[in-house]
Amino acid sequence: MTTMTTATLKLASIALLTTASVFLSTTTPACARTNDEQSEKSTPPAAIKGAIKVDGSSTVYPITEAIAEEFNKVASKVRVTVGISGTGGGFKRFCAGEIDLCDASRPIKKSEHDAAVKASVEYIELPVAYDGLTLVVNPTNTWCSALTVEQVKKIYSASGGVKNWSDLNPAWPAKAIKVYSPGTDSGTFDYFKETTVGKDGAIRSDMSVSEDDNVLVRGVAGDEAAIGFFGCAYYFENKDKVKALAIDGGQGPITVSVESIENGTYAPFSRPLFIYVNKKSAERAEIQAFIKFYLAEAADLVGEVGYVKLPDAIYAKVSKNWEARRVGTQFTKPTGETVAGPLAKVYE
Amino acid sequence: MATDRSTASRLLTNRAFLTVCLFTTSLAMLVLAGLLISIFWQGFGTLSWKFITNFASRKPAEAGILAPLLGSVWVCAICGLVALPLGVGTAIFLEEFAKRSRFTRIVQTNIMNLAGVPSIVYGILGLTAFARLFGAFGNNTEDALVFGDEESLLFFRLPFGSSVLAGGLTLMLVILPVVIISTQEALRAVPSSLRAGAFALGATRWQTVWGITLPAAIPGIMTGAILSMSRAIGESAPILVLGGLLLVFNTPKNLMSDFAILPLQIYNWAGRPQEAFHALAASAIIVQLVVLLLFNGLAVLIRQRLQKPLQ
Repeated sequence: MTTMTTATLKLASIALLTTASVFLSTTTPACARTNDEQSEKSTPPAAIKGAIKVDGSSTVYPITEAIAEEFNKVASKVRVTVGISGTGGGFKRFCAGEIDLCDASRPIKKSEHDAAVKASVEYIELPVAYDGLTLVVNPTNTWCSALTVEQVKKIYSASGGVKNWSDLNPAWPAKAIKVYSPGTDSGTFDYFKETTVGKDGAIRSDMSVSEDDNVLVRGVAGDEAAIGFFGCAYYFENKDKVKALAIDGGQGPITVSVESIENGTYAPFSRPLFIYVNKKSAERAEIQAFIKFYLAEAADLVGEVGYVKLPDAIYAKVSKNWEARRVGTQFTKPTGETVAGPLAKVYE
Repeated sequence: MATDRSTASRLLTNRAFLTVCLFTTSLAMLVLAGLLISIFWQGFGTLSWKFITNFASRKPAEAGILAPLLGSVWVCAICGLVALPLGVGTAIFLEEFAKRSRFTRIVQTNIMNLAGVPSIVYGILGLTAFARLFGAFGNNTEDALVFGDEESLLFFRLPFGSSVLAGGLTLMLVILPVVIISTQEALRAVPSSLRAGAFALGATRWQTVWGITLPAAIPGIMTGAILSMSRAIGESAPILVLGGLLLVFNTPKNLMSDFAILPLQIYNWAGRPQEAFHALAASAIIVQLVVLLLFNGLAVLIRQRLQKPLQ
């Protein structure tokens, strides 16, 4: 049976691939045109030489990859290298001054900030895109199409005690709920945990956990009573296999979409993605050119790799912070308190 | 009559055992065949010359594996060139020269244990020992001692940083215990009458090892080398810890070059949301299998060249 499903999957992937390549070949001229326009907008002199070391989150990697790819076309003498040690691993190297830029899928933590201070590393925090955590169920699940944040919390918290769908709503069938989640080390899980049960809360342990979000998609797609969550890129690619739930954060149920994530109504499950720049590195011409390019191109490129661009007002604010070399994080107050809430508010 | 029954039952046992053996072999072959067929089915369509010669891209149609492919080749070549002489030398010393003592027993036990250490631990060791040289030259790349021009083949710096040299040496640590143990086994399998004969003719220990024991042990040593190189080329955890990269727009030029490796690229593509990248991951797996076969072919060639028939 497994071989049969894989065979069909393979067929589907080939079909998708053909469509994708057709799509790509038709859009290539358009892409080339925009590149020319943009290189006028922010022309990094092709003469700049040097090396830029980036490491960090594998979630942010596709964005940095896209930017570096385009940057390499205009400034081919600058060697950009990107690693994927994860947000935590990246910050460890960043705070020790080993790398110039850190890709991060969450704001810097207090302990990491302290490590940076100790190594006298100052940094500039730049949000570059949104990712919307999407809660999904099986397409044959007819009873549930929206959940409140309270209900999500009840499903996922260790103390919620939800065993069947009927525990959430008596009108729903008494089917055992099967819970899927990304790996507990991932930034995705961290963000989800913090927005549902909070920093000190506990997530239930009887979940199917996978580091590979494609496995979660397959799990939910194959189980009528399943629920799971992952980044919106995985939902946008698998709209035919899983059904997204609308989330009610107090203002009525909002479905996940590029628009609802960008305008901030898809709350509280849209999260910002960041790059952190070492202030000392920011004195170098190649870094300045790269960051300028990054902030100018991000709005166009993040959508292409499955993420959502920030509102223009925030990009403008971020660029201003960059120009002013504003150091430190805006998610921790000088007193050490954590600032919570949507990015638009934090970056007012 | 009694003899007949016992013969019949013995033949039955024989046949039953043969069936079990056939079953386990075919099961292993079936799983392998299934894996290979599904990989080829998925990845053959996207395999092209452009795929080999392009750098990474966000567009699946333009993405290629040039940097990780050459990175893997450089790292594995360094790993093999260092691990084989070191490992074979250690094994010869332990088997042929060292006297059985408390010291050799401790060394032996440690090597056995090291073979079972998770590879990520070697990654941490490699980061400290090779990439940072225990911090002896400061922790920043700006503090490094530099020799020669960055673009030349002979460029060298201390500490090594996350370079192909540090990567190769780290993988060397991973496979060294396996190389030593398999070489020891190969040396032990050489009949002691051969050594006795050599000594009886007045050969020194060195002449015996070089002329008699080692040539007879070459097939076994090369088998160990093939197995350990296969492991080295597939390792990703130690390289990840070492600060191995995913995106590089350069191919290695010298021992100090930055590098990416194929297993990390495959892992990243397989985890992407877009189906087109999953096909690319399968194509990269095919390429990696070919590289592995080439390395192993080299080992087989060496085996045939060096093998002296026992007469």
